[in-house]
Amino acid sequence: MRVRTVQAGFSLEYLMWIFTRISGISLITLAVFGMASAFALGARTQVDLPTLMRWTFFPNPNHVVNSYIPDVTLGWANAFWQIMQMLIVVFGATHGFNGLRVVVEDFMGESAYRPLVRGIIFLLWLFVLIAAVYVILAS
Amino acid sequence: MTLKRKVGFFDGLVYKGGSPMWSWMLHRITGLGILVFVSLHVIASFFMQQLGSDFATTLNIIYEHWAFQIFITFFVIFHALNGLRIAALDLWPQFLKYQREALWLQWLIFAPVYGLTVFILVQHALVGS
Repeated sequence: MRVRTVQAGFSLEYLMWIFTRISGISLITLAVFGMASAFALGARTQVDLPTLMRWTFFPNPNHVVNSYIPDVTLGWANAFWQIMQMLIVVFGATHGFNGLRVVVEDFMGESAYRPLVRGIIFLLWLFVLIAAVYVILAS
Repeated sequence: MTLKRKVGFFDGLVYKGGSPMWSWMLHRITGLGILVFVSLHVIASFFMQQLGSDFATTLNIIYEHWAFQIFITFFVIFHALNGLRIAALDLWPQFLKYQREALWLQWLIFAPVYGLTVFILVQHALVGS
């Protein structure tokens, strides 16, 4: 039996493999924390499930039309929750677009178009990040 | 040596990978679904805040519909629990031989959480909140 040699060192795949685990666990933790805070800030009594989800993940007035956040300026509109929203957006978008990259490159195999596809996914990731941070900071 | 795979989706269905293979496929499908869903949210909130456009409202009406929410809650809860199982088994690889039991445990946790979610969604849809 031949011993397989594995090249040691950092690569994009290795870093993103670790990042996917860390960001996934962080997202679950952020979701649990956000939901607990939503209940503490008044979601116990009068909100439905979509509104609870909205309070949990993205407490922002410009988010959805049909659910209603009473007193959004009191509980949620401060730097702490803006930073929490940014954490969720950065972890979520990076986790998600890296997943898209992995799936697409899995299907493509070796191809000359790989840098192009990577570039497009990178630009999409950048656009979503900038748009989301802009919405958080400008509201 | 490069890995050559000329295996399509339907060939993959014939492969008898069992429940771990199915959860692997579901993990990818649900992950891409969540990516589309979250990106739509970000784009819609951006258009609503900056332009106040009808486009954002149209997107909102689609993904706020309760039938859509039943799908997306399945996607999110499954992806979260399956990802937690993967991360846990990566951290403690000595439990990998129990991965089918871990999958059963995962569905055992999934069933009441998702069942309660669907119950609340359908109840609100019928009452019309």
